[in-house]
Amino acid sequence: MYAVGDAVRTRVMNPAGHTRLPVYVRGRPGRIEHVLGALPFPDARAAGVAGAMQTAYTVRFASADLWGVDGDPGAGVCADLFESYLEMR
Amino acid sequence: MSHVHATSGSAANRVKSLVAALEGAGLLTEQRLDDAVASFLGRAQPATGARVVARAWVEAGFRGRLLDDANAAVAELGIDLTHWAPVKLRAVANEPGRHNLIVCTLCSCYPLALLGPSPAWYKSEAYRSRAVRDPRSILAEFGTQLAPGVEITVWDSTAEVRYLVLPERPAGTAGAREDELAALVTRDGLIGTALV
Repeated sequence: MYAVGDAVRTRVMNPAGHTRLPVYVRGRPGRIEHVLGALPFPDARAAGVAGAMQTAYTVRFASADLWGVDGDPGAGVCADLFESYLEMR
Repeated sequence: MSHVHATSGSAANRVKSLVAALEGAGLLTEQRLDDAVASFLGRAQPATGARVVARAWVEAGFRGRLLDDANAAVAELGIDLTHWAPVKLRAVANEPGRHNLIVCTLCSCYPLALLGPSPAWYKSEAYRSRAVRDPRSILAEFGTQLAPGVEITVWDSTAEVRYLVLPERPAGTAGAREDELAALVTRDGLIGTALV
């Protein structure tokens, strides 16, 4: 479980099946912006696990951490990510 | 069938087969399906989202509840988000110096119940890929010039959450009635590609 403000990093993963972890946020540092609670977990549901749920979080990423020097320093991205996509940093 | 996407032949065929099977089993009639779609689309339009925004502009308590638990807040207005499947709704507020923009980079998730069917550009690869990388240029192409220094947060709807932008109340509307305020709110203002 993470709390608002926690410094996290998204895992680098390339599963053969469905995932909702976009490629552009894999392996990137971010911070927990909001705790969304348990939501339907599409990765498992797509694999046939009916009713699978997992805690999800809104994670905020700084533009520079996603796009490097080409990022807009005044812009950031928040993505809704499941707990198993994240690790503490 | 009342609603077939010309661009998704295989999905349309699957839907057709499913409807035929449900009709064959006596679980569904074409009339009931058409009525359900018409009823949903009758309510699902930008005017519904605009009503939510106008209430938030006139009632600070509602605004607070909307930002805290949007599902419960819109339910106060009789808006049902659970027509087909439960969806978690979050409202994000534009404030002086802070602007919000909604995208779904993975597909085209959209608060359908509050805004109606999404515009074609929202589903385009160009919008979905550029919104997270260079939102300011997207806004400029929509004719939306933010003041220098305004920070943008792009909300990528990657899970079962749908987002609605709560625009800033326009200047000079202090005496306006709630329905007059609602008429000022545009679909693009609720997505964040426009200001209101």
